[in-house]
Amino acid sequence: MQAKLLSSLFLTFLKMGPLTFGGGYALLPVIEREIVDKKGWLRSNEVADIVAVAGSAPGAVAVNSAAFIGYRIAGAKGAVAALLGILLPTFFIIIVLSQAYMLLKDDPKVEAALKAIRATVVALIVYAAYKIGKSAIFDMSTGAIAAASIALLAFGGGHIHPAWIIAFGAAGGIAVVTIRSMFGKKTKLDDDEPVYDYMI
Amino acid sequence: MLFDLFILFFFVGIVSFGGGFTMIPLIQEEVLIRNHWMTAEQLADIIAVAGMAPGPFATNVAVAVGYNQAGLIGAVVALTASVLPSFFVILILGKLFLRFRDHQLLKSSFYGLRPALTGMIAFAAFVLAQNTGMFTNLGWMFWSQLILFAASLYALAVLRKHPLYVIIISGLIGIAIYS
Repeated sequence: MQAKLLSSLFLTFLKMGPLTFGGGYALLPVIEREIVDKKGWLRSNEVADIVAVAGSAPGAVAVNSAAFIGYRIAGAKGAVAALLGILLPTFFIIIVLSQAYMLLKDDPKVEAALKAIRATVVALIVYAAYKIGKSAIFDMSTGAIAAASIALLAFGGGHIHPAWIIAFGAAGGIAVVTIRSMFGKKTKLDDDEPVYDYMI
Repeated sequence: MLFDLFILFFFVGIVSFGGGFTMIPLIQEEVLIRNHWMTAEQLADIIAVAGMAPGPFATNVAVAVGYNQAGLIGAVVALTASVLPSFFVILILGKLFLRFRDHQLLKSSFYGLRPALTGMIAFAAFVLAQNTGMFTNLGWMFWSQLILFAASLYALAVLRKHPLYVIIISGLIGIAIYS
């Protein structure tokens, strides 16, 4: 019965929800265990497809994996069931944390803690940039695009919306690769390993 | 407000390649700079909350911002909006997407997009630091913040500690030195 499959999907992904703590890719062994071994819904070699799609589609790996697997197993409804399962726990955790924040943030001790945490958050963001940069910047052109992006944002008086930088990057990438190929130079376009990390 | 939330996070959901942090520059621009929905401090705190919880960072931020702006409904709207683009891409394209992915043009755009994102995120860090007044006057605040920043970065990058751990330790230090 469809309903039984859907609720089974939902519960399976519900179990996996909190495990996304290690980042989306940490889900993969769990997926192998639950979806392939225990439930037999998918074969082991299909997991490779999932990894590929999940990492390259927009959005979080965990979200994409859930949607893809759910879709494969039970169509659109399956995708929804899987998504609900994997997002519900973290949804509630965030709500609780946010509520706690709203209630506590004026407490002087909490304020003091938050002051320090803000410096950490800036470090978090810098680290994220560094991680992406490690694999994103590997030659003169990519370096130039990164530098140009920063320059545009810094000196683009009265705010250039970051969305423009995204367009600039994409267009610039196409331009560079096209021009280089016109001169007979190849450009390294393939990803090596995806960035296996939390936060993805 | 709900409509704005939806549009913002739908757009963010579309361009969030390469990890949840790529949404920060966009969120900062819209939520902080253009619309003043919250202060820089509040945004930084939301990022901390999002980083502490399990689950994808991007969706955590969506839920947190949505909840902050419009309660439970806001959280649901923002979350749904951020997830929809992935949903569409995967459902409509599915395995077809894998073939698109290898298309020269798409790959070329990623070649340029990723360094651009790097620059964007780095700059966003700078903007956030500026707006939370981290580096204004050269007094105790400046130096303590700088040391906290450097120590956190070290813990994250060199010691490879999980953000939750670094945030908690940082908070405890904050209580010790800022009370």
